[in-house]
Amino acid sequence: MWEYTDKVREHFLNPRNVGEVENPDGVAEVGSIACGDALKLSFKLDENKRIQEAKFKTFGCASAIASSSALTEMIKGMTLEEAQKVTNQDIAAFLGGLPEEKMHCSVMGKEALEKAIENYQGAPAKEPGAKIVCECFGVTDREIERAVRENNLTTVEDVTNYTKAGGGCGNCHDAIRQIIERVRAEAKPAATPKMTNIQKIRMIEEALEREIRPSLKHDGGDIELIDVVGNRVIVAVRGACAVCKASDITLKHFVEAKLRDLVSPDLIIEEVAP
Amino acid sequence: MKIVYLDNNATTQVASEVLEAMLPYFHEYYGNPSSMHSFGGQVARRIREAREQVAALIGATPDEIIFTSCGTESDNAAIRSALATYPERRRIVTSRVEHPAVKSLCANLAGQGYRITELPVEKNGLLDMEQFVGSLTPDTAVVSLMWANNETGVLFPVEKAADLSHERGIPFHTDAVQSTGKIPIDMKKNMIDMLSFSGHKLHAPKGIGVLYVRKGTRFSPFLIGGHQEKGRRGGTENTPSIIGLGKACELAARHLDTESSAVTRLRDRLEEALLARIPQSRVNGDILQRLPNTTNISFEFVEGEGILLLMNEYGICASSGSACTSGSLQPSHVLRAMGVPFTMAHGSIRFSLSIYNTEEEIDFVIEKLPPIIERLRSMSPYWTSVAQACASV
Repeated sequence: MWEYTDKVREHFLNPRNVGEVENPDGVAEVGSIACGDALKLSFKLDENKRIQEAKFKTFGCASAIASSSALTEMIKGMTLEEAQKVTNQDIAAFLGGLPEEKMHCSVMGKEALEKAIENYQGAPAKEPGAKIVCECFGVTDREIERAVRENNLTTVEDVTNYTKAGGGCGNCHDAIRQIIERVRAEAKPAATPKMTNIQKIRMIEEALEREIRPSLKHDGGDIELIDVVGNRVIVAVRGACAVCKASDITLKHFVEAKLRDLVSPDLIIEEVAP
Repeated sequence: MKIVYLDNNATTQVASEVLEAMLPYFHEYYGNPSSMHSFGGQVARRIREAREQVAALIGATPDEIIFTSCGTESDNAAIRSALATYPERRRIVTSRVEHPAVKSLCANLAGQGYRITELPVEKNGLLDMEQFVGSLTPDTAVVSLMWANNETGVLFPVEKAADLSHERGIPFHTDAVQSTGKIPIDMKKNMIDMLSFSGHKLHAPKGIGVLYVRKGTRFSPFLIGGHQEKGRRGGTENTPSIIGLGKACELAARHLDTESSAVTRLRDRLEEALLARIPQSRVNGDILQRLPNTTNISFEFVEGEGILLLMNEYGICASSGSACTSGSLQPSHVLRAMGVPFTMAHGSIRFSLSIYNTEEEIDFVIEKLPPIIERLRSMSPYWTSVAQACASV
């Protein structure tokens, strides 16, 4: 049984704003019956261009119904500019949280809202250039990118929980992995704050332990951190690496690249003098 | 709130007679049946009796019964034993609708280089026997087919399938977790080599299972340890549960007639009334080749989880094959293998009864469920257009 909050239960048992707005200004339908959930959202604006009325019809589980109900409650009274800023996390937060596996219900709400606003503005329903990544659930690269960005997702499983992409045949897992890497690479520069030397050493140790040592050990080698001076990372190679002629290349192309990626782009790796 | 429990294929209530039989073996007679002293020896005697009671339910001899920890362990032990005793054979023949205890094991073995033939099923969930025979290649180490499907209750002709396997020298295992205690099983009258079942589906506690291994069948143990179960399954016996299972099997044997008459009558009453009162609903699976206690009904254009949670408000317990309840994003593998359309599969509800259900309980569900479906349909974006289409016909 899912661990739903009281608020989810309450909105499921007593959903607000069920139905369709008469003569709506904006309307959108997202999801499909094959996917297991679908939401039809319609809204009407008042004379001040605020959302006067919002209604939904949802096919789906309890959290899909609760998310739809929450969404309609949240956006009433908002201008379209304000409504556009509502994220799937706002919907989940309104409900006191959703189980991870059910986050896609809040994403569906956000999508419906966005498409309904586009519908009002006369914009095309599908984002131009978007390409379907997950054939089973019809999820596009844009949708995955946005979910990764807004929710800071790191694994394919996360993406499946939030967008359903990858939850069917699994053929698109590699493509999803690439999207995660791409989005996270874009996000990197902004997210490298100044580190103290201690923090830097700790992160280097962690990166060595988790990402680097296992591969070296696989080939019978090992690596030890000797010192960190500014951006110079001084290491000693052990085991098979110590006698391997290619260890220079390993250090530069693998260890340094990994540390630059994981810790800081300015690092330079040096082997301790024998 | 009174609970109306119609989820007996998930688990059952421990019968009060079973509980009563078990209780002294926790605190009072806690001896180890392997001990030399009579304090332990008296427990060994009770286990012997339990083994006889279990054997009697399925027409086996007591030494063909191995006690395990659950149905999953029995399934694993049976299939792995066949692979170990026929190391030169690398294929397993099974079906697409098996319980995860068999299905996931086979997927795991496929990763180790075994070839798995997963037989498809027809729209009504039945096996295509011609295709089955065609799958029995000389490199097949074991056939494993469930006797009754846990989701639909559909019965496979396992006795016939065991004959066909035997003609080709292939050992046959059946996962009989759902059928044992619900339909007559007589191992004297078939050629099935190994049969698995579980206590908690027939009013014994959770954590006790049985693997039947026909005398003369080659067997390689799964749990290796002490000499318990004649060296076929190591580990100190779960004495209270074994004694409880013995009692439960004795009761099941006594209740088999009730199961097939009274339970069938209640199940049919429920099914007929729901189909009559709720438009766009239908039964999944063959309605004749089926367990007496199970019905799997789809209510089109609504999602199962919502139905379950609204029934939960009335204390009604059932289960669903919808994506939201399956733990994955796709509806049940059983319904998909049967080609049930997604619009139907998402709204499927399984009711599984027991001899403890009453007519009042069934009537309560018949009264409460139609408005629940109507309410969810009124919220569904798909329902209106369909309803209009139907009305205009």
